[in-house]
Amino acid sequence: MFEITGAPLTADVVADAVRVAECGGVVTFLGTVRSPSHGREVHYLEYEAYPEMAIPKMEQIAAEIRERWGLTRVAIRHRVGRLEVGEASVAIGVAAPHRHAAFEACEYAIVRLKQIVPIWKKEVWADGEEWIGWDAQFPRPES
Amino acid sequence: MRLRLRFFAAAREAMGRSELGLDVPEPYSVADLLARLRAEHPTFAALPPSMMVSVNLEYRSPEYELHEGDEVGFIPPVSGGTGAGYV
Repeated sequence: MFEITGAPLTADVVADAVRVAECGGVVTFLGTVRSPSHGREVHYLEYEAYPEMAIPKMEQIAAEIRERWGLTRVAIRHRVGRLEVGEASVAIGVAAPHRHAAFEACEYAIVRLKQIVPIWKKEVWADGEEWIGWDAQFPRPES
Repeated sequence: MRLRLRFFAAAREAMGRSELGLDVPEPYSVADLLARLRAEHPTFAALPPSMMVSVNLEYRSPEYELHEGDEVGFIPPVSGGTGAGYV
């Protein structure tokens, strides 16, 4: 399950999407809107995606995880539009036969998502706004 | 040849639009396209220079040669300032 959605996200949806008999460990991650951010009180966030590119890049992450950890199942959903403080912007579920791989692969998924999936957020404060796009590990052309 | 340009986030706001059809001569590279947009649109030129570009949904380097009908996406990085520490 790889999705860009305007609807609220829950961990249950991505957990249920990846559960199978062969996998005894399911790890979910929710990224939520934080305030304060960089010392400023966040009013709300606006998320924007390049959906036609974001979905294949999410699929690429799942393929990379299968390559590194073998049998795994991955679900990634990202929300777009206006999000209030505390709401989830991203939900990731990873299932693996054993918990160690599931924890590691879930961490890998969120790190890679920020590197190669074209999604942006604009922080809106009481006194201004700014696009916060990618972390320091900006994607290289071969990503 | 004709290209379809798509702008996102800070790039969209700098261009004042999310899409643009553009006719360009051949050969034409990603770098040529960036140079033209920067020359014609001061607000686009003011964006951080580390703009990423996708062609038909894959990241491409500045030397990449464009083709008729390509969709070129402009994928801006952190827009300076406090964003640098985003985790």
